[in-house]
Amino acid sequence: MRNGLIGTTALMFGLLASVGAAAAADLKIGLSAEPSALDPHYHNLVPNNAMSKHPFNALVEQDENQRLEPGLATSWKALDDTTWEFKLREGVKFHDGTPFTAKDVVFSLCRVPKVPNSPSAFTIYMKSVESLETPDDHTIIFKTATPYPLLPTDLSTIAVISANTGKFSGPLVFKKSGCEGVESYPSTEDFNSGKAMNGTGPFKFKEFVKGDRIVMVKNPNYWGDKAPWDTVTFKPILSDGPRVAALLAGDVDFIENPPSQDLPRLRKDKSVRVVDGLSNRVIYVALDSGPAPSPGIKGTDKNPLADPKVRKALSLAIDRKAIDQRIMNTQAEPAAQLISPGLFGYNPDLKVDGFDAKKAKALLAEAGYPNGFEITIGSPNDRYMNDEKVTQAIAQYWTRIGVKTSVDATTASVFFSRRGKKEFSAYLAGWGAGTGEASSPLKSLVACRKPEKGYGTTNYANYCNEQMDATLTEALATIDDAKREKLLQKAMAEAMGDTGMIPVHFEKTPWAMKKSLTYTPRVDQQTMAQEVKPAK
Amino acid sequence: MGYVINRLLQGLMVIAVMAVLVFIGVYAIGNPVDMLISPEADQAEIQATIVRMGLDKPLWEQFLAFINGALHGDLGTSFLYNEPAVRLILERFPATLELALAAILMAILVGIPLGVIAGLKPNGIVGRAIMTISILGFSLPTFWVGMMLIMIFAVNIGWLPSTGRGETASLFGVQWSFLTGDGLAHLILPAINLALFKTSLVIRLARAGTREVISQDYIKFARAKGLSEPRVILVHMMKNMMIPVVTVLGLEFGSVVAFAVVTETVFSWPGIGKLLISSIVHLDRPVIVAYLMLTVMLFVTINFLVDLIYALLDPRVRRKESA
Repeated sequence: MRNGLIGTTALMFGLLASVGAAAAADLKIGLSAEPSALDPHYHNLVPNNAMSKHPFNALVEQDENQRLEPGLATSWKALDDTTWEFKLREGVKFHDGTPFTAKDVVFSLCRVPKVPNSPSAFTIYMKSVESLETPDDHTIIFKTATPYPLLPTDLSTIAVISANTGKFSGPLVFKKSGCEGVESYPSTEDFNSGKAMNGTGPFKFKEFVKGDRIVMVKNPNYWGDKAPWDTVTFKPILSDGPRVAALLAGDVDFIENPPSQDLPRLRKDKSVRVVDGLSNRVIYVALDSGPAPSPGIKGTDKNPLADPKVRKALSLAIDRKAIDQRIMNTQAEPAAQLISPGLFGYNPDLKVDGFDAKKAKALLAEAGYPNGFEITIGSPNDRYMNDEKVTQAIAQYWTRIGVKTSVDATTASVFFSRRGKKEFSAYLAGWGAGTGEASSPLKSLVACRKPEKGYGTTNYANYCNEQMDATLTEALATIDDAKREKLLQKAMAEAMGDTGMIPVHFEKTPWAMKKSLTYTPRVDQQTMAQEVKPAK
Repeated sequence: MGYVINRLLQGLMVIAVMAVLVFIGVYAIGNPVDMLISPEADQAEIQATIVRMGLDKPLWEQFLAFINGALHGDLGTSFLYNEPAVRLILERFPATLELALAAILMAILVGIPLGVIAGLKPNGIVGRAIMTISILGFSLPTFWVGMMLIMIFAVNIGWLPSTGRGETASLFGVQWSFLTGDGLAHLILPAINLALFKTSLVIRLARAGTREVISQDYIKFARAKGLSEPRVILVHMMKNMMIPVVTVLGLEFGSVVAFAVVTETVFSWPGIGKLLISSIVHLDRPVIVAYLMLTVMLFVTINFLVDLIYALLDPRVRRKESA
């Protein structure tokens, strides 16, 4: 009897186990861009960064609104203006079972500048770190040269890899000029082959077939919320039409970036769910406000764009609501500033320029251009959602107030090179606030071009507002979050006050999936398998 | 011998001229760093990346470095993947080769019978219908046909998968799709898509060949001798009709391999065409240049071999060249 009971129980467990295996949850995701490597320190670009968050964690994580939350560090605080203390999570294990300690963090930070031939290095996020100490296995003290409030944000971009993947010749010591005690770091190739894919993240590496698929399996010992998927397959399907078709055909369960013209159809489809959410990407028009002559302007020997009134007129001439309704299929939100609502430093007092052609004309006349002038606006035609169509609409709005506008749209690679040579008097482009707060666009897009400070890197429009620069510089040296947010809001108001550039709209990022799934939209436009959930 | 050397030199000249054109052409498109680097990178980081990639050097210096590498069998390292460009291409080559072979096989198996039927009954309804279909095959854009195939067979009927290579199995150390059921299912639609144009071509060649051969005296003689019609057609006519078909298909094979780009893009087939497209998007110059150079070499080699075979077959060619 006793034996029989055990036998029955064993049988039942066996059945349960086999049912469990049959119901193994698999997820197939169609990606719109392929990561260039699985090495998390190799290429600082969205597709790579999103992928590396599956097998790896950082000290600090960003939630769906890019607000910081604890990752491998449970807490952090500034001890004084240039000293930060990070407390590390205890009991975390790497995929190979070894425990996570401060040494892994130091090793990861040491490797960042040592990745050969990185096309876009992560060193920009380590510039502020002057030195660091590890008083015990679960505490790290960072020292910065100057007050630097964005240290936790910067550290949220650097994946922590296992120190076991390296070879050591002595004790590991962090030095800004190059760490001591390391004989060799794992190579990018080691990550692509899976050899060095030893992280702490919710998924373990299984397979990487370049151009075809990346396969990961659940990490059963994950320290955080465990993902509802046993196996996740990422398939890069770079063309829009085929990616949508793959979803409809059931070859994948979930796709990112369905093209906006297909959204009305997908929303009507009963077997498909579409979710969308505001992104951190602003689409803007930059106006050359430098001295005359400006390359794309005719009909006057001055540069009319140097006058803030003209810039304001050009902003008022645009009907942002119509662009959202007619061109963007409601995938846009009219913008009055350079970061979207909800992000750190968003200024709620700034109001969207309403469509007012009459006032625009009056401002032009006031500035001395009652008959307008001629201008060419540049635009990429394959980089942002409907970029060329939006530019054409803007050109028509401007022409309506007497500024005869022609469009010069080219493929992104050509557009960015020409923009770099300052060939445009006006151009449409986009900016995603990578840090999730206002200093990112302010520093890169509208600050005066000062290469030594890293200001104005993407300011190809000669805009310069010393007052704004001063406010921004103060903000970037203010550790206190509340004070810094106020300063950033002030800087944003200053840059928008004389229309340093024209914000057009924020893109909404869509995702499409089977009806049985849901996804919480992310401001950073990243697709994360652990956030794809079965619908209730 | 003089003829062979002459041809060889011509081939090398073509490769050299193409190297210059390709390099300058790709150089003119834009700055790869703009496409590769994070927008958050500051001026110093951008400059460091430009130097790291050797893009700060003048064009002629970059070109000499490229030629020097090329002479040593190194066509550069991908900016995007940090792997030798040639290796990246060779890694993906089996996928394209498999697709191209499947497409050519389909073109032969479908095209020749249809072409022969159309050639035997040029004025019948069937013959006319076949020719009309072949015109469609020539003129419909590959991209559109690919999307239609997906819409019909993958989305609406749901018989076949729409994307990727499926499961693969290893043979001679290389992964192949046709060895597994799943892989074979993935292969069908892209192969049909790629085969469509070539099938039309084969139909036309087979039809013209059939019409030419069928009216010749030896066919009439064979019939007069009382041979059965199937034997006349399958043995006596086919042999001679096949000569132009085989010649053209041999030459076309190169173009199927090199220009499967559209089909690979539509079906996300991980071959060299898909690699080329993503390299163009990212301005990954070394890979674009390596791809084009390998393509040029492929064509020069095929042409060289064809020239040699001609010379072997036709003594007049040899004499004319050496005279």
